[in-house]
Amino acid sequence: MKKHTRRGLSALLLESDGAISVLVVLLGFLSGTLLILFVGRNPVGMYKAIVQVLTGYNIDRGRWYVRYVGEWLTQSMPFILCGLSMGFAARVGLFNIGGEGQYIVGLTTAQFFALLGPRIPYLHWFAALLLASLCGGLWGGIVGWLKARFEVSEVVATIMMNYIALYASRICIMRIPGTNTYKTLDYPVTALLQNSVLQKMTGGSMLNLGIIFVGISVVLYWFIIEKTRLGFSLRATGFNKDAARCSGIPVVKSIIISMFIAGAFAGLAGGIVALGSFKFGRVLAGNDGYGFTGIAVALVGNNTAIGTLLAGLLFGMLSSAQPLMESNSIPKEITFIIQGLVVVFIAIRVGFRMIVGYISKRRADREIIIHE
Amino acid sequence: MLVSPILITATGGMMCERSGVVNIALEGLMVFGAFAAASVHFFLEPLFGPGSIWISLLAGALFGMLFSVIHAVAAISLKADQTVSGTGINLLATGVTVFLSQILFKQDRTKQFMLGMMPGPGGVYPTAWIAFAVLFIAWFFLYKKPAGLRLRACGENPHAAASVGIDVIRIRYTAVLLSGFLAGLAGGCLVLTTNTQFNSTTVNGHGFIALAVVSFGRWKPLGIGAASLLFGTALAFSIIANDYVLLRSLPSEVFNILPYAITLLALVLFSGKNYAPVAAGKPYEKGAS
Repeated sequence: MKKHTRRGLSALLLESDGAISVLVVLLGFLSGTLLILFVGRNPVGMYKAIVQVLTGYNIDRGRWYVRYVGEWLTQSMPFILCGLSMGFAARVGLFNIGGEGQYIVGLTTAQFFALLGPRIPYLHWFAALLLASLCGGLWGGIVGWLKARFEVSEVVATIMMNYIALYASRICIMRIPGTNTYKTLDYPVTALLQNSVLQKMTGGSMLNLGIIFVGISVVLYWFIIEKTRLGFSLRATGFNKDAARCSGIPVVKSIIISMFIAGAFAGLAGGIVALGSFKFGRVLAGNDGYGFTGIAVALVGNNTAIGTLLAGLLFGMLSSAQPLMESNSIPKEITFIIQGLVVVFIAIRVGFRMIVGYISKRRADREIIIHE
Repeated sequence: MLVSPILITATGGMMCERSGVVNIALEGLMVFGAFAAASVHFFLEPLFGPGSIWISLLAGALFGMLFSVIHAVAAISLKADQTVSGTGINLLATGVTVFLSQILFKQDRTKQFMLGMMPGPGGVYPTAWIAFAVLFIAWFFLYKKPAGLRLRACGENPHAAASVGIDVIRIRYTAVLLSGFLAGLAGGCLVLTTNTQFNSTTVNGHGFIALAVVSFGRWKPLGIGAASLLFGTALAFSIIANDYVLLRSLPSEVFNILPYAITLLALVLFSGKNYAPVAAGKPYEKGAS
């Protein structure tokens, strides 16, 4: 009986990408724990921090702080959206490292519109988010066009576009009247994504209306990819470009559209962070890093909608657990190490498969010998 | 000063891609190298004085090489997606280096060393000579030595190479480790010439620029040399521009954009024919064709 379940496990690992992802995340945490032990700290502090972020329960004090759950969800939003951005492009066979740049363009657009747009209640922030998404999409679309029309490698092009976006954002935001070297004036109230109901529910956290848009995005992602003709032709392009072209799918258009949609997700992330987590516009001094981490999110989530959602929540959890880890005397960089290890492990999952396949094959061989 | 780290890293990246392995981890490997060089220099400076610079450069290079082993094992032996494993190393780099700084120095950066590398005669940093030497050796090796021909063959058609008895796996391992060595060396050069300590923003995209330089320089030593110079000039332009009234009226960010915009433009202008090694990015599977 026991043998049977073990065989079932290895078969599961061979067939399911989701199972591999879970294994990889567990391995990442295991390595992180060992590393903390190795440098002579107590790993319990890390898990205490994680429990508090997930449930709001502080084990040491025995009290519930719902605010942490709210902060966790707030932190996860840009990770999920940037993961969707990366995943959407990956489905079409493109490697979108440009999430960061598209995020910055979205953030800049939202800040611009928040400060200078007409101050109509509700419509103000809604239009700002829409514009952020649109401009992020255009930023991604340019790379798609370069790739499709001139065969410029999207990897290099998106990296260049990231830096251009960062500096262009600084130029634009500094031009807004009243801006000093690091921040603009406060936004008008009509531009904020704050919502008193959501805040009350989560004990005064920064949780905001952006969460609705994240939900819509996840559903939309699933719907476009799995249920529409567009999604089918995009996936076909990703599987085999030449075959897709031969069966009449416009490959050039597919690439541009997919980069546009990918950029739109990242741009929306920028808009939500700009208007949800801050009350003033920022003059960016460096990358926020959501776009880069989005790559890891999509990889762990296997580019599926639900997987990316879960992976985004995981990464958001790690990131919002950082200050709590610090107070438990765990260096917060351990979370980056865990993230990095998870991606490396994902990369070598083919290797995992080989090992698992080898072991189960050898076991089968041995059984045959015994029976003979 | 600005060109040499990019040139050294790009040369390593070129060797790696010519052997058929895409190395997007250059950025992370530079971070590792910079961290190791800065730490070793901090500890050895009181003992050896200026001589410790060379030891720390070597330490940086070896540390970079150590982490490129991950990429080599993943990409070559375990047939991982090379872009993914490279991204993993990049993520790992900031985490591991800052983590180690926390352990070694109890802060999120290394402690400051007293004196970095000083310019030699003519105001030229010794790193410039290292860079030119590295580039020249790479050219000589790739085009004048049988081993270089073999390396290029692995990047163009590994199965054909294997059929004439070349050990594709071994050559690719060597190339990846070499690129790790050079990226680590470049990271060391960067931190010792421009800074007095290592922090998480020391490398700040130089590895990614090097990656662009490789494809902009069309995977050829001469092209890479020219591309790095162009990049360095564009970077230096932002410093020189302060001396001219007309240019000073522009925001300094315009000049920061310049190198990236030029690269993008150049990639578009010189597009059309694909110069990349044919087999770059594809894992080599024995026997399959």
